[in-house]
Parts: sequence; C-alpha cells; structure tokens
Amino acid sequence: MTVHVHVRVMPRPGLLDPQGQAVEHALTSLGFAGAAAVRVGKAIDFTLEAESLVAAEAMVREMCERLLANPVTEDFVIEVSS
Amino acid sequence: MACVAVIRFPGSNCETETMSAIVRAGGEATLLDYRETSLHGADGVILPGGFSYGDYLRSGAIARFAPIMDAVRSHAEHGGAVIGICNGFQVLCEAHLLPGALMRNDGQRFVSRPVDVRIERRQTICTSEYAEGEVIRIPVAHGEGRFVADRETLAALEAEHRVVLRYVAVAGADAPHNPNGSANDIAGICNAAGNVVGFMPHPERLADQTLGSDAGHRFFTSLMGRLVGAGAAA
Repeated sequence: MTVHVHVRVMPRPGLLDPQGQAVEHALTSLGFAGAAAVRVGKAIDFTLEAESLVAAEAMVREMCERLLANPVTEDFVIEVSS
Repeated sequence: MACVAVIRFPGSNCETETMSAIVRAGGEATLLDYRETSLHGADGVILPGGFSYGDYLRSGAIARFAPIMDAVRSHAEHGGAVIGICNGFQVLCEAHLLPGALMRNDGQRFVSRPVDVRIERRQTICTSEYAEGEVIRIPVAHGEGRFVADRETLAALEAEHRVVLRYVAVAGADAPHNPNGSANDIAGICNAAGNVVGFMPHPERLADQTLGSDAGHRFFTSLMGRLVGAGAAA
C-alpha cells in the first residue's frame, strides 16, 4: 500500500530556539499581542510503499532516528495515513 | 612524508586552503572525493569547512552518510587522526564520532570575524605545539556553531578535559567573546583518546604570515609532528 507520511521535527524543549524567538518578536511587533512560546521546526512529507500502516510507522521511526531528526537537539512526531 | 587526506563533499569550500596549510607544515595533502570508499593509505584525515549538501536538513546530516565516511569512521576507531573544521566538526557530531550537536547561532546571524580562543588541551593530534592556556586569534565563519549537549555530556567533557578550544574574552576586543552562544564557551572538543578533534574556528585561514598572522599554523605542524612520530613508531 502507499502510505502518506507526515513527520514533524521540533527543537527540544529547553533548548534555545533563536528562530522561534525572532518570529515571536516579529508577531509582537505586528500587534499580535499574546503570542508566546513560539518554536520553529520542520515538516517533512513523503509517500512510502509499505505492507501496513504499522510497518510504515516502524520504518519512519528508524528514518527519524538515523537521519530526519537529531536526537541531541530535536524531537519528532510521526503521522501515517493511507 | 606523512600524507593527509582532505575530503571534498558537494558544497565543501575550504579544502584548498586546508591543503595549503598542510603543505606549509611540511606534509603531503591529497584531495579525496566523498564517493571514494578508501583513504588510500593516508595517515590522517581532515573534513574541511563549507556547506556540504547545502546544509540541507541539518549541517552535516547528509554528508555523514557519504561513501567515504565508513573509511573515516574506521580510521578514527583504529586511533587514526581525524580533524573536522567548521562544517567538518558538524559532520563529526552528526556521525557520532564526537558528542553533542551544533545549532543555529543564538544571534540568528551568520558570524564571520576573528575570535579569541584558548588552547585548553595540548594532548591532541593537532594542538601539541601550542602552550596550554595560550590564547590565539583566528577566524570563525558559520551560521550554525552553537555547541549544545545534554548536561551529563557537558559535565563529562569538562571532567575528562576534552574541551580543546574555548572562546575567551580578551581586553580590548570589540565583540562578544562567544560568537554563537555555545555551551560553556566551547569552540572545539575531542574524543576520549584525543585522536578525533572538531572545532568551529578556521586555523587554515590564518596559517601564513603573508596574511598578517600565522596563528593557525601550529595546528598543522602539530598534526604533522604526530603523524611522522606515529609512522616512525610503527
């Protein structure tokens, strides 16, 4: 089956995220008062041929651990759908 | 004469001056393509600065899987000399040959300027000809040089004396001493044995008096001394 994969990679909580800070500052400057705790990460979308959603998720987890995210600095969330 | 392989990845841009610095220090330099799978008998390896694979995904994240990296890893694991300069440091961290990671500079901007760094450790493959505690001024040029590691790793690096270079404040300097927000002002580290070293500053860019200073020259004479010594011992 063809599985649609969506991976979200975010900087770990507690690590300084200068991009997030810059975006938060810009939002505040534009008058969007109340925007806080802005973090900037990455979204990675692709399709994957796999036996099942469970098998696809296991494969994507390995992709994240080896390449798509750096475990020292980033956390990831995987979504798979048919 | 000891030979050092300089690896060129797609997007490397400091390989020429790195090779010049090796030759100036009395060594032989050979340029190796990232698609090679052997070091062809080179005594040492340098991963040079630049923007391998355009820094896509994360700096060094894709270069670490280049074909040549298995040979680099094997060389490191057998006690061979491996140095990563700037992007090369990022590659070594991504390859887990060194701990930690290099993140976006805290000021969000690319920083290209001289910095003052203190030689914190002489027992490495490339700092033995400096005095411990010696402060030298060499350039940095990076957007992602903020060294981070978890608390335990940082504590271990300090306790095991594995910080090789540290950004320091010097009287009269006109910019913040830490250019990127690195934890503990760390500019460079080594592995436990001291044969794998990575740092963000560029000694190869200031290794000839023609440029007004050769403060970085001794990284390369230290390396050549080590490689010639190792060859004589073997």
